[in-house]
Amino acid sequence: AYRTDEGQPWVLPVVKKVEQMIANDNSLNHEYLPILGLPEFRANASRIALGDDSPAIKENRVGGVQSLGGTGALRIGAEFLRRWYNGNNNTATPVYVSTPSWENHNSVFMDAGFKDIRTYHYWDAARRGLDLQGLLNDMEHAPEFSIFILHACAHNPTGTDPTPEQWKQIAAVMKRRCLFPFFDSAYQGFASGSLDKDAWAVRYFVSEGFELFCAQSFSKNFGLYNERVGNLTVVGKDADNVQRVLSQMEKIVRTTWSNPPSQGARIVATTLSSPQLFDEWKGNVKTMADRVLLMRSELRSRLEALGTPGTWNHITEQIGMFSFTGLNPKQVEYMVKEKHIYLMASGRINMCGLTTKNLDYVAKSIHEAVTKIQ
Amino acid sequence: SSWWSHVEMGPPDPILGVTEAYRRDTNSKKMNLGVGAYRDDNGKPYVLNCVRKAEAMIASKKMDKEYLPIVGLADFTRASAELALGENSEAFKSGRYVTVQGISGTGSLRIGANFLQRFFKASRDVYLPKPSWGNHTPIFRDAGMQLQAYRYYDPKTCSLDFSGAMEDISKIPEKSIILLHACAHNPTGVDPRQEQWKELAAMVKKRNLLVYFDMAYQGFASGDINRDAWAVRHFIEQGINIVLSQSFAKNMGLYGERAGAFTVICSDAEEAKRVESQLKILIRPMYSNPPMNGARIASMILNTPELRKEWLIEVKSMADRIISMRTQLVSNLKKEGSSHNWQHITDQIGMFCFTGLKPEQVERLIKEFSIYMTKDGRISVAGVTSSSVGYLAHAIHQVTK
Repeated sequence: AYRTDEGQPWVLPVVKKVEQMIANDNSLNHEYLPILGLPEFRANASRIALGDDSPAIKENRVGGVQSLGGTGALRIGAEFLRRWYNGNNNTATPVYVSTPSWENHNSVFMDAGFKDIRTYHYWDAARRGLDLQGLLNDMEHAPEFSIFILHACAHNPTGTDPTPEQWKQIAAVMKRRCLFPFFDSAYQGFASGSLDKDAWAVRYFVSEGFELFCAQSFSKNFGLYNERVGNLTVVGKDADNVQRVLSQMEKIVRTTWSNPPSQGARIVATTLSSPQLFDEWKGNVKTMADRVLLMRSELRSRLEALGTPGTWNHITEQIGMFSFTGLNPKQVEYMVKEKHIYLMASGRINMCGLTTKNLDYVAKSIHEAVTKIQ
Repeated sequence: SSWWSHVEMGPPDPILGVTEAYRRDTNSKKMNLGVGAYRDDNGKPYVLNCVRKAEAMIASKKMDKEYLPIVGLADFTRASAELALGENSEAFKSGRYVTVQGISGTGSLRIGANFLQRFFKASRDVYLPKPSWGNHTPIFRDAGMQLQAYRYYDPKTCSLDFSGAMEDISKIPEKSIILLHACAHNPTGVDPRQEQWKELAAMVKKRNLLVYFDMAYQGFASGDINRDAWAVRHFIEQGINIVLSQSFAKNMGLYGERAGAFTVICSDAEEAKRVESQLKILIRPMYSNPPMNGARIASMILNTPELRKEWLIEVKSMADRIISMRTQLVSNLKKEGSSHNWQHITDQIGMFCFTGLKPEQVERLIKEFSIYMTKDGRISVAGVTSSSVGYLAHAIHQVTK
């Protein structure tokens, strides 16, 4: 979760404003939302992902399912794919998850009934970057119609994203091999500070004619973590296909949570549909993204100034909330035990935990860990 | 071509279809009796005063929006358990239970269904009363369970087929799962009397069945939260370790906020901890952690004495309005000159009433009178008002005389 420079949670100012508006609106009640969610939310959420001028939206071949966070969107998509993709109830369709990935990806698809969950190469530990060749190789050899979970931006946990050129190569292979793209978009806007930039990959795939799913989360970019606001965007060949897909997703939603929670969707819909509030939101998002970018550059410059062994450009080249520092488990143990700095055994740090007050301490500690422990 | 060419159009939701047809109707006298949500005497949705007050209190606290734990808001789950079990419950006081926050009733039922599928290896069979809420069957099916039925509603008398139920339950294979509606049976409104509940408890105990209670209307049925939870509490006192799903959609009017809870009564607190750990593993890949808003409101109400008091009064007034509509409907039918026995309308309890109307009669009510209900003759009494009850009685008399 995002933290301010004082190390505190941050409720976005635009969210506070909109919540006040909702509280003051006596015409609002607590009635059930439709099964697929608040219509204004679904349409606006998909529009955010695909862009105002998206041809898919113009051609009316986009649908949205309001879900319980990004996780909920992933689960509805996974349940639908297990029932209807690559045959009927084909639990044998391989599902590919990056190595590493968010651990819950595996569980989501497993609990949805998929029996063959595989990994695809992603992180090159030696070079501390994307293992593009490994990734493309895995795609070349994946069985036709395999499902690939792609991180739209700010890969969790490595912070390492393909460049636009690399995404083009990925898309070309996926198209040729008939692989299904399931995007996980949890950080749109939060990664680079620009909604459009962070959605580039998803939009490129749409422009290449793919049918795809995109699980969107508004937990981070709206700071609405505990309201569970997510959207499963469905892009299909035409309106008729999308309608039928949505009708079947409705059945899945009905036995999972019946209809989604109202509060978070109202906040997002109200914000996105007002030009003024939308601009305010973009400003709030940029504030968060900029602080993280600042912490990255400050950490890197301190490590380079200290002469810490190794290269540290990956700190600023990586993007989003997390960074794979490259620290090994022993060095991590040192950080935790001796310096009381908590990070994952994988060397992953949450950049949001850095503040102007602790930067020096963290940099010095990393320096000690790297020089003392091999 | 599309990946989805072979995907069939899903069937329209039967209950939503009723509302959609109602919306299209231009008759000024139209009535929507399909809605499963409370309406006030003006036919409007009702936001409880205690809910508004709780919301104001919450807003003033300026809380953050950090993720809840996977199992939900602790103040909420504890208060939900206490509400269902009773503060003097031995099971509650000893801590031999686990309650997790669920996405209202449906989400809580689904967590339970998935939990049973994974950990109740003795049987795949879930026995539902005939009839039951339409969504029970697909929920358990999607969780990987099989559905069976026991007799419950007697269409000849529009009341409980108690001997039929007892006979069927006596034949249920040991260690099967039986689902019971704690109060205000949906869709019939027919509940067992306390004496009958006692016999049911003895029977399920004898058959060694796992009991799954669905309590979506505590307080909303009789107006008394303790009375509505009597069956749940009695079963537990008889040593039956039930599992329970609760909803706060109706009794707090929190429909769209999705406040609910799933409870497992365990042998001891240590077992409860192990069960909780497995529930977390189930919930995480579904939606990670639950939504805060509804649980926060419900928790504020249950844990703030003045709000709780106000809530109990408001829930009683909702229940009372419904009871009064039942009474007025029967007296109006008599005034119309109907010779049928309509006693079941006042004998039944809760939001719904199984009128006993046949599909052709329902069809006429819709087409000739613009009165909308589901084909099984179920009406939502909550949709009746003192200004429309006369029209309803008139219409029912016309199609049944």
